Amino acid sequence: MAELSKTKKYESFFGSIGHAIVSGFDVFFGSIQKITGIKGIPYLFVLPNLLIFGIFILYPMILNFVYAFTGGRSFFPDQRTFVGTSNFERLFTCENFLLPNTCREDLFWRAVHNTVVFVIAQVILMILFSLITALILNRDIKWRGFFRSVYFYPCLLSPIVVGLIWQWILMDSGALNGILTGLGIGKQPFLVRANWARFWVIMVSVWAQMGFYTLILLAGLQSIPADLYEAASIDGANKWKAFSNITMPLLMPTMVVVIVLTLIRAVQVFEIIYAFTGGGPGTATLYLVQFIYNYGFASPNRQFGVAAAASLVMASVLIVLTLAQLAARREESY
Amino acid sequence: MKIKILFFMFLISALILGACAPVEVEEPVVEEPVVEEPVVEEPVVEEPEVEEPEVEEPEVEEPVVEDPIADVVELRFMYYADGVEAEVMQPLLDAFMAQNEDIVVLLDVVPYSTVDEQLPVQVEAGQGPDLARITNFAAFRGLLLDLRALVSNPDYYQANFPAPVLNALGYGGFPDAYTVTGPFVNQTLFEQAGIDLPGDDATWEDWTDLTQAVAEATGTAYAIGIDRTGHRVAGPAMSMGATLIDANDDFTIDTEGFRAFVDLMKSWHDEGLMPEELWLTGDALNNCIDWFKTADMVMCMTGSWMIGGTAADVGDAFDWLVVPNPTGAGGSTGIAGGSAVVAFADTEHPEAVARLMEFLYAPENYAAFSAGTLALPAQVEVAQTGVDFDSDNPSVLAALSAFTAEVPKLQEQAVFLNVHPFAFAYYRNSASRIAQYLAGELTLDEMITNLQSDIDTAIAEAGD
Amino acid sequence: MNPILEFLTRKRGRKKLSFSDTLSYFYLFLGVLIMFGPIVWLIFSSFKSPIEIARFPPRFFPYTQETVLVEGYDEPLQLFEVTLEDGSEAVLAQVRRVGLEAQMVDPDNPDEIIRVNIADREPVERIRFNLDNYITGIRGFNFGRYLWNSIIVTVAATILTLLVNSMAAFALAKYKFPGRQTIFLTMIATLMVPLSVVLVPIFLVITRIGWNNNLLGIIVPVAATPTGVFLLRQYMLTIPNELMDAARIDGASEWRIYAQIILPLAKPALAVLTIFSVMWRWNDFLWPLIVLSRSEYFTLQVGLAAFQGEHMVQWNLILAMTVLTLLPITIVFAFLQRHITTGIATTGLK
Repeated sequence: MAELSKTKKYESFFGSIGHAIVSGFDVFFGSIQKITGIKGIPYLFVLPNLLIFGIFILYPMILNFVYAFTGGRSFFPDQRTFVGTSNFERLFTCENFLLPNTCREDLFWRAVHNTVVFVIAQVILMILFSLITALILNRDIKWRGFFRSVYFYPCLLSPIVVGLIWQWILMDSGALNGILTGLGIGKQPFLVRANWARFWVIMVSVWAQMGFYTLILLAGLQSIPADLYEAASIDGANKWKAFSNITMPLLMPTMVVVIVLTLIRAVQVFEIIYAFTGGGPGTATLYLVQFIYNYGFASPNRQFGVAAAASLVMASVLIVLTLAQLAARREESY
Repeated sequence: MKIKILFFMFLISALILGACAPVEVEEPVVEEPVVEEPVVEEPVVEEPEVEEPEVEEPEVEEPVVEDPIADVVELRFMYYADGVEAEVMQPLLDAFMAQNEDIVVLLDVVPYSTVDEQLPVQVEAGQGPDLARITNFAAFRGLLLDLRALVSNPDYYQANFPAPVLNALGYGGFPDAYTVTGPFVNQTLFEQAGIDLPGDDATWEDWTDLTQAVAEATGTAYAIGIDRTGHRVAGPAMSMGATLIDANDDFTIDTEGFRAFVDLMKSWHDEGLMPEELWLTGDALNNCIDWFKTADMVMCMTGSWMIGGTAADVGDAFDWLVVPNPTGAGGSTGIAGGSAVVAFADTEHPEAVARLMEFLYAPENYAAFSAGTLALPAQVEVAQTGVDFDSDNPSVLAALSAFTAEVPKLQEQAVFLNVHPFAFAYYRNSASRIAQYLAGELTLDEMITNLQSDIDTAIAEAGD
Repeated sequence: MNPILEFLTRKRGRKKLSFSDTLSYFYLFLGVLIMFGPIVWLIFSSFKSPIEIARFPPRFFPYTQETVLVEGYDEPLQLFEVTLEDGSEAVLAQVRRVGLEAQMVDPDNPDEIIRVNIADREPVERIRFNLDNYITGIRGFNFGRYLWNSIIVTVAATILTLLVNSMAAFALAKYKFPGRQTIFLTMIATLMVPLSVVLVPIFLVITRIGWNNNLLGIIVPVAATPTGVFLLRQYMLTIPNELMDAARIDGASEWRIYAQIILPLAKPALAVLTIFSVMWRWNDFLWPLIVLSRSEYFTLQVGLAAFQGEHMVQWNLILAMTVLTLLPITIVFAFLQRHITTGIATTGLK
């Protein structure tokens, strides 16, 4: 009882401060509303966001055009010389786009290939694991809260830490090889064979993020009314029918959100890999963002122009994909 | 309800934090207040009238930088450390500050990658520190402070450091250590295998066979390894006859010596003499010393900067020594290298910076740094006097003199490589290109062509 | 086939553990092992010495060698279990090692030197949670200051993010005004473009504003995240407009409608954005590394990276400090885990 009243007290204390803040803003907004009428209000509301967005996201992206069409080593756009489309030409000079070795910027095309494969495989596996876990957690399970938290915990780790831990587990003298040696299986070349490394990069990113998607999917599952299943079983539908005719369709909207979010993050993957394989072995796990970072920032002889051109190519593909997906969803919902 | 409480607690704590932030005790100098203003309200309160959302307009309000207490100058010194360097440097700075009460030097210890990747851009943007410890001498061309006009003993300064290094730095600093590449060998493993160490005329092929025999006899995991950078590869390649840099200062990758050594590396890699991770795992696990220290590798091709760390970590677990660089068609040579302390031209306090520089390269302080970090001195007077290294470990002292003996044997191109304006373009690109070759993504010919074109592009891109 | 289908679809109800239940629990506990194992491994490793860290095969628990103070020697000596020439075993302290031979003494009889082949000795070890890494780490690592900066950045950026994004989302969801579509589409278009690819221009902007070495430089630029606007707007669309109309009739200003009607109703979505924002800002690495070069402004993640030199990575210190950076966010999570997990759950992310 005592605790309860304590909470109440805090609540009223913070509540009154919150109230004061709200009222303070109200005076400001109210007076503007008087001047402009309700028409001006939406602009006032989007303005702070638009300012920050404009200055720190949109403007830099526009600046990127300047870098992409200029050359030289200077960091200041006004000190760079105009080179036309030569940066893009460099990227697209290629005898056969399927064979990176025949391209002028072979690393760019390796990164493109790797990214495409990674994104597709990672999204599929992420959805698969999250869905299975969510379906299991949606059953009559004891300690559901505990499991939910445990699966979510890796989401809290910084990508750098995730990369370091796993490098450490998978390296030749790492914990997993220790266990395998103990079992008599012997060491496996996890980080030094292209396909092993690609596999682990996907698994590690699934490990680090699946908890979040599991929670979203679980929420979607729990919002499906139970009586639908009862009705279905009275109608004699078997389990598979119930799953494919009730669960999947009703889960679809949630699923779309999850697919979009995983897709975004898969394309943007960088820090985990940077700390985990560093793009190796060779360039087997070199992805686009790392390529751009290496060219624009990390290499001893920075080539802002090529990096900017590559990022524009990447951004335009992404924007087209996003808008197409948005359009598709709109059609679907009508 | 609880969420609401949390939200307000957040808000309140931010306000409290904001209010408390300026209370600073640890630093002697008042610095610009940064966080005090309650960040929360800023974007809303300061809004002008409703207007068209003009996005490109830069923000006006600005944290006004007040000058600190008038007569005390604050210098920022960006520093990276491989081991104890920062701990050795700090007392020197303390001594300097005791002598110069009008100057405060703050050491900002950052990861090496910051010095390597972010610092050049920061400096170019006019946002750099006053001083820094760097390795890429060419990265700051034109941006360093010419010390010759500022120090009281410019002749001493110019006479006591290698001219090519000072030239590369534009007289904007001095090398704080002289490094040479060379191999570390596990002597205990040789003894246990009953195999004698070869003489000075042994080639890389001889060492390959010997270490392989030792590894087999003692059950050691790996025979031989080399750090993942073109810097370490250059020495053996030159020993095997490569002319990496010709008389016109141009890079030539495609030489027989370079091919021969890279091929030898490929055989180490393919036959499991060298850990595959060493070259294949991106920017990590790149130092063979990690295997060497745990006695999992018989011979590790690295350099003189590893002495301190190796001695500390190996302890008395086994005996190790530094052997002369193996020889070949080109004759035994390592590669010179080292880090440098530099001052930036856009510092606001050139006088104070010059005083600090003068202090740091003065023989007694320079020697103290060399002694504490177990580094070979690049300062001529200190080198002539000799350094009383801060160690009584016989392995350490032997290693130091072994590396000292390598210095006169260095080929001209081996000294020049590290001060070449495009040395780092070669170091990094060769690391990743050779890795691609070892991983089987490229053939030897493709590797050579690509590497040459990487370097040429870097030079062309900069050559305006 | 059937049990799998059953476990895919069945809701609550039965008491006895069926085959599919067993399978479920097996999956879940295996998951716990995979999810938590690496972290436990990290924590144990943070107590190990550099040499123990590099050991193969690695050992799960942190072992340290026992030492003993022997009369006549200033430093504590390391203890070994030794097989003597006559085949008997004894615990001896090592004085020094010369080549293949170790000179040892019996701690009870320190005058007599015993020579032992180094192959015949095994170190005496004990599991110990040695705090050396933590102590050295904290000494070379201004933990309090970095923690403070991290907290300020996380809290301030989160509040700013919530405020700015919810206001924009409110306008985009609840008003029809010229330019609305353009604004929304522009934001959505940039949703997928990672900041890492425009690092150089953003850095230029920051430099022009003068926010280098200023916490504002890592708080403000990231506040207007398109993801946040998108998330909140989609949620606010589901709040019926009738509520707003009723309030207007009562004479409430638009600000009051936003602050006192829409925000409370959008709480689940706000909670999700809060979690996102806290996670993002706490773990931010690349951007702070570029903006901050003075150590008094370092956040934990940046400070942590300083243990990586050119040639040497001080793994033992990195591990220990990583565990320390995990602590605050773990504690927050432990207290709020119910809110976090149900928060995400109830948003349903329409």
